[in-house]
Amino acid sequence: MSVILILLIASISVAGIFLFAFLWGTKTGQFEDDISPASRILFDDKPAQPKPNNK
Amino acid sequence: MQVEKFYYDNKIVKAFGIATIIFGIVGMLAGLWAAIQIYYPAISLNLAPTTFGRLRPLHTNAIIFAFVGNASFAGIYYSLQRLLKARMFSDKLSWIHFWGWQLIIAAAAITLLLGITTGKEYAELEWPIDIAITLVWVIFGINMFGTIIKRREKHLYVAIWFYIATWVTVAMLHIVNSIEIPVSFLKSYSWYAGVQDALVQWWYGHNAVAFFLTTPVLGLMYYFLPKAANRPVYSYRLSIIHFWALIFIYIWAGPHHLLYTALPDWAQSLGTVFSIMLIAPSWGGMLNGLFTLRGAWDKVREDPVLKFMVVAVTCYGMSTLEGPLLSLKNENAISHFSDWTIAHVHIGGLGWNGFIAFAILYYMIPKNVGH
Repeated sequence: MSVILILLIASISVAGIFLFAFLWGTKTGQFEDDISPASRILFDDKPAQPKPNNK
Repeated sequence: MQVEKFYYDNKIVKAFGIATIIFGIVGMLAGLWAAIQIYYPAISLNLAPTTFGRLRPLHTNAIIFAFVGNASFAGIYYSLQRLLKARMFSDKLSWIHFWGWQLIIAAAAITLLLGITTGKEYAELEWPIDIAITLVWVIFGINMFGTIIKRREKHLYVAIWFYIATWVTVAMLHIVNSIEIPVSFLKSYSWYAGVQDALVQWWYGHNAVAFFLTTPVLGLMYYFLPKAANRPVYSYRLSIIHFWALIFIYIWAGPHHLLYTALPDWAQSLGTVFSIMLIAPSWGGMLNGLFTLRGAWDKVREDPVLKFMVVAVTCYGMSTLEGPLLSLKNENAISHFSDWTIAHVHIGGLGWNGFIAFAILYYMIPKNVGH
């Protein structure tokens, strides 16, 4: 079952990338606020009104 | 101070949306045609391209990569720009991604009907198309990460984490599973042999379900469900836990596709253990989606988007409970090689992915087309 080695290397390296991403996210405060992000996405900017063609 | 002005790219969303509708119809008709052959074989018309063996991979590929794939891209291009408050990194890359993906689908349809296949489930396409998929995936990645880098909103909403995981993991799965030795332009042999090939195949196959059909669609759920209900997700904290738990557990569940095979017993059991572990985060995600609608069930009565969402999220919960149960050896002894397996994949593919696709189309099209 030597192929398990390849799968382990691939899976663990991806897990490593995600561990790194998780630590980065934690350190930079991505997961600090677990209230406001949920509400923030509900607000979109209104599309800009097209300029009137009377110049 | 000058207020910065920028516009989202809605044209690319529309293009992916149209492709979703077209390939949804094509893929489902192919499935219907294949299914009818089970009780009425004469409908194969006695032609090689329309026999069950060729229509079935056409159906699975069309649904997974053309229908759900295009729906995910449509939803990602729509939500990513709005979540990051930025236009896509490059319009040119967006369109190369779009047309590249559609060309791959066309090539897949032609080669599969001609019987050109690697024989690997959900990875039937031959090596030149595999290379094309890799290139288009890289272009999608550059475009997505470019947009993330130039974002105006510092915080990454949970949906974006799901999109990132999709990109990274699918890239790795596709490359490892597709390592093959070409013998001619349209024929190759897998680099792996025997049970080793089977393990790589199902490590890929199960994670295609995890990272092509589940994580992007969960990202869509976490964006479009709160938007459609116009209320924040039930628990943002739970969504974060849902994400990180899936990421670290999903990848090890593949061997449950190889129960009672030549695969070492411990590997089979390991696959089952991780499958059972997946119930908790999956159900956390389902409940998070359904609880988002608490106090808003009156809207479900009126709004088709929410109706589709409720069915989709319920089917997510059902398929992620049924899947682990089917991965138990004593249970699998009964269900394997029965129509139960096909029913199971349809709770996920049609009930969960399909209904999310319908929901986001119903949500986006009026906003995109109107006025």
